[in-house]
Amino acid sequence: MTLYTALIVMGLLGLTLGAIIGVFVKLFKVEQDNRAELALELLPGANCGGCGKAGCADFARALAAGEVMPGNCPVSSLEQRAAIALALEIDAGSVARKQAVVCCRADIGAEEMNYNGIQDCNAANLVAGGPTTCRYGCLGLGSCARVCPFGAIEIIGRVAVVHPELCTGCGQCARICPRNVIKMVPANANIHVYCNSPEKAAVKRSLCKAGCLGCRKCEKLLPGKIKFDGLLAVVDYDATDAITPADIEKCNCPVHGIMTEKERCAVAREAAGGKRV
Amino acid sequence: MKSSRNVMTFAGGIHPHGDGKSLSCYTPVQTAPLLDKYLVILAQNAGKAPVPVVKKGDTVKKYQLLAQADGVISANLHSPTSGVVSDIREIQGTMGVPTPAIEITSDGLDEGASPFDPITDWKNVDVEQLKQRVVEAGIVGMGGASFPTHVKLSPPEGKTVDTLILNGAECEPYLTADHRLMQEFPEKVIRGAAIFGRILNIKNIFVGVEINKLDAIAALEHYAEEYGVKVAYLRVRYPQGSEKQLINAITGRTVKSGTLPMDAGCVVQNVATCAALDDAVTLGIPLVERIVTVTGEVVVHPGNFKLKIGTPALEAVRFAGGITEEPGKLVFGGPMMGFAQRSFQVPVCKNTSGILLIPQKQAYNFESSGCIHCGRCVQGCPMHLVPCLLSTAIEAGRFDLAEANHVMDCMECGSCAYVCPDHRPLVQNVRRAKAELRKQMNANKEK
Repeated sequence: MTLYTALIVMGLLGLTLGAIIGVFVKLFKVEQDNRAELALELLPGANCGGCGKAGCADFARALAAGEVMPGNCPVSSLEQRAAIALALEIDAGSVARKQAVVCCRADIGAEEMNYNGIQDCNAANLVAGGPTTCRYGCLGLGSCARVCPFGAIEIIGRVAVVHPELCTGCGQCARICPRNVIKMVPANANIHVYCNSPEKAAVKRSLCKAGCLGCRKCEKLLPGKIKFDGLLAVVDYDATDAITPADIEKCNCPVHGIMTEKERCAVAREAAGGKRV
Repeated sequence: MKSSRNVMTFAGGIHPHGDGKSLSCYTPVQTAPLLDKYLVILAQNAGKAPVPVVKKGDTVKKYQLLAQADGVISANLHSPTSGVVSDIREIQGTMGVPTPAIEITSDGLDEGASPFDPITDWKNVDVEQLKQRVVEAGIVGMGGASFPTHVKLSPPEGKTVDTLILNGAECEPYLTADHRLMQEFPEKVIRGAAIFGRILNIKNIFVGVEINKLDAIAALEHYAEEYGVKVAYLRVRYPQGSEKQLINAITGRTVKSGTLPMDAGCVVQNVATCAALDDAVTLGIPLVERIVTVTGEVVVHPGNFKLKIGTPALEAVRFAGGITEEPGKLVFGGPMMGFAQRSFQVPVCKNTSGILLIPQKQAYNFESSGCIHCGRCVQGCPMHLVPCLLSTAIEAGRFDLAEANHVMDCMECGSCAYVCPDHRPLVQNVRRAKAELRKQMNANKEK
């Protein structure tokens, strides 16, 4: 008998509490949004911070909330962007993909000071303005290579070189570089001017054999393809008629400052004696 | 020496082994011969650089105003010699970055009248007149920070300053410029201190000297009583000459984190600054030359020289007889807190107390593996920080953790790096963190 009483009481208690829970679940139902999770799965997941958000999860939340568009992720490929847009039923947005380029050839030209401190660009740059004679060139201590989430930067000899096939254009390297020698350029461009110094030619020449002389020969021979930023030549990436390898030969820069990325990499490797450092 | 005198000091710090002072502390101050060219850097003071009032081609007399102070935290600049302003251009500055400078080509006469009237009756004149003289003469702190002196002489409302301390500790190894100054011109130092005391209305004036300079102490004590200044004996310990440590040693007061010595009721002035003030007041001449120690094992005749502001380091070394072998490093200041220079053309500034040439065998690369948590740096830190913890946090990119552990209180004296058995670059890490935190602070301000 005692057994049955206990069973009935417990059973009734269970039913009552279950009913209460059932009612409350219906009353306080929270509309869950699984769009953020969906987007997170489709994002590259590098947590590089290139979009300006705290990471991929934060970007996914913003995507679901409609604050940003898939195109704001600089790292994702066009297919990934399209997939996210399809899944979330939003506009993909069109932000051009970028890539980083280290505009310096210090390995071939510039003198170096005796520096025996921390092997980090930001720390070294604070010691008497940095260990290179040119104050605008690459320090080559590899802060950018360490911060790159994709392993796209290699220190060849004493200069950083970006491998364009690995670079996704997140911009982490450009942000950490104390010399601002890493430029973010359109991803399809592969010819650049490898100098970053705005100094006068005489000053530059005394410090580095590879610095842009500002002779404007390239500007005259290739109008509309090269422009001048003060005394420094830069490739006009917005030009309708893009610069080609044939143009490099035509221009014949006296310091060979205009190069394709492949050529740049080969030159750096040759200067370093073919060895990886 | 009276043995009953109390020798004062602070907690922490180190004692550098072989301080190299004997190289130059016995050589009297020599006046350097006149040069053809002087390169006067404009930004010789902390704060804003003064604005030039001369232009290329102008003829200038000695002591003539070259640049006018721009704002309150700035200082006037005067011509070190007579001649022509041959150029105003950017040259390599003492911090390694290009900075504008005025080049003066000397006419070989070195003539010019003192531009201000000597104030012989400084005990009775109006205090404002004395303050005005400090501003006019372009006096800055000559110990190293080059902070414009007149700013220190106007305590803000509500702050009472009751003690003036003269810093004659000269705890940096190798440097002997202040030592020779106190020994050879003690009256200038003591009188300058008394003038500072008059401006600030302070009767309680100390001059703190480390007891490895007994000859200087004796010279100072000869004049001390006459001007109402007390000589405080300090233990030989680095960094005894740091402002906060000096105040703590002499008065027992502590300058709290994030506050100024004025909040502890103290003002500290370097002895060389006092001598410069004495020149400005009693002789009426501005600050255009200073005593500089040119020293190092590779210098032929290390010594102390009265150099004009703008003398290139190369010429200064030439006065000292040249070098016996190629040096490894050129440092402005002492070996602990001095700054390595990029070129021998860098000129002497108002805050250059020494030109030190470090031999190649001493300027070698340190190999560092990792912190072994021995705690020697903690024992040595005069600011009671934990340098090993700071350094590990900074290497991991945790600048927030470094800030929480008071990295901003570090004065970069280098005691921790000196005692570290692994030769870890502790000070450089701290500098990196400070630069990073300042950058973040500025970014937040802009937001």
